[in-house]
Amino acid sequence: MRVIYILWLRQIKRFFRAKSRIFGAIGQPLLFLVALGYGIGSIYAKAGQGNYLEFLVPGIMAQTVLFSAMFYGAMIMFDRQFGFLKETLVAPVSRLKIMLGGALGGATTAVIQGLLVLIISLALGFRPEHWALVPVAIAILSLLAIAIACFSSAIGSFVQDMQGFQAINQLLVFPLYFLSGALYPLDHVPTWLRIVAEFNPMSYAVDAMRDTLIGQTHFGLIKDLIVLFIVVIAMISFGAYRFRHIEA
Amino acid sequence: MSVKKPVIKVTNVTKEFGKFTAVSDVSFSVAKGELFALLGPNGAGKSTTIKMLTTLLQPTSGSLELAGHNVVEDSDAARRSFGIVFQDPSLDSEMTAYENMELHAALYGVAKKGVAKRIQTLLTLVELWDRRKTQVKNFSGGMKRRLEIARGLLHYPHVLFLDEPTLGLDTQTRNLLWDYVKKLSHEEGMTVFFTTHYLEEAEAVADRIAIIDHGKLVALGTTKQLTTETKTKTLEQAYLALTGKTVRDEQVDSHENWRSIRRSRAMR
Repeated sequence: MRVIYILWLRQIKRFFRAKSRIFGAIGQPLLFLVALGYGIGSIYAKAGQGNYLEFLVPGIMAQTVLFSAMFYGAMIMFDRQFGFLKETLVAPVSRLKIMLGGALGGATTAVIQGLLVLIISLALGFRPEHWALVPVAIAILSLLAIAIACFSSAIGSFVQDMQGFQAINQLLVFPLYFLSGALYPLDHVPTWLRIVAEFNPMSYAVDAMRDTLIGQTHFGLIKDLIVLFIVVIAMISFGAYRFRHIEA
Repeated sequence: MSVKKPVIKVTNVTKEFGKFTAVSDVSFSVAKGELFALLGPNGAGKSTTIKMLTTLLQPTSGSLELAGHNVVEDSDAARRSFGIVFQDPSLDSEMTAYENMELHAALYGVAKKGVAKRIQTLLTLVELWDRRKTQVKNFSGGMKRRLEIARGLLHYPHVLFLDEPTLGLDTQTRNLLWDYVKKLSHEEGMTVFFTTHYLEEAEAVADRIAIIDHGKLVALGTTKQLTTETKTKTLEQAYLALTGKTVRDEQVDSHENWRSIRRSRAMR
């Protein structure tokens, strides 16, 4: 546990020391909230769908966590480039602990950024339906963050250069996000898009967030949580497997 | 080539990368407390030998022992028995000197009780205690090297590996660094195994010197033994007599060869 804790703490310290990372992490979600929330909000309301900002906030929180947790893979690449990875790989500890410590740290910083988006949303007028369910929403965000951070560990383990990492990142992250229902309800989309969304684990995280924060759901919370737990276990296993083969 | 009570024991070790043989049937032993230098031209097999000894590579054949632990079969115990200063920096530059030490202590399972005192002792020894709260990115190259040596000693290793530790450092810093190593070796009673391209450093520091070329061990002994054997006057002359004057291209450490190294690396 000590190894996992110290590697987790390292990620937290690095995050709070890099002020630009914090501002950068908030900038993009804020733009989405303001541009989409106010830009499309009036059309959404006219269509009789209610408050778009309210609908959008859970999706933007999930988006923030998705993008931020994926950044952990880039941290592995930096560690490789600047030599620190070797220090961990020659240490007498299992690769699983090394992977978990870093990934949990990356997941924690991602959740912190998701919470910052929630605070900004509150300032913009968003109000959760039940405040008591906010901790549940944070737990859901944490599950998503752990799954994505472990997945990015796996990517960072075998991709050797930053350009390659960014290419894979964009290839995977944007479809995960845009096809998840984070920006639009899945109830009225074409059948093909609904089928794609059903195979997209991000859809279940967004849906669970929306259920706990504004009381709207497409799949149902139980199904969302079952899928999320399966994805978390699968991603931890995948990350651990790939990290065993990591190269310094 | 054997010595009493070896802390490092390399027996008939060969390392192949496809058709390329980086290390060929190498055997030697290093005694407790010895300062041992492994010299050789670029691509001779020095780094491959260190990587095998430090569990980063597995030998194709032969056996390696560190402090009585088989490096392949008992890699965790072997890893606890050595500290290493890599050729390239391996510190977290965003963390402070103290935090880097704390992190290493956790990775190596150093008992929490007494770790603060141990860190203070080592940072004081390398004259970095006053800078313990400074982020490493603000350190000079020499300070980083000193910190890496202190970090490598934190878990009471039997052996300290130094892979070209003075590369890129100015003369003053190099001298200071070797003074530290000798002092630490004396005070901690540990074995120091190092590679260097600076022959005068090996001559001044090492108790014994091994010379490797084309993956084969071509000589082993004290400076006096090597000069006598080659009928030369200095270590540099002996070295050139044994390895020739042809400029070598790096083979093993080239990018392409490293790709094959990575593919063949045995994982935990």
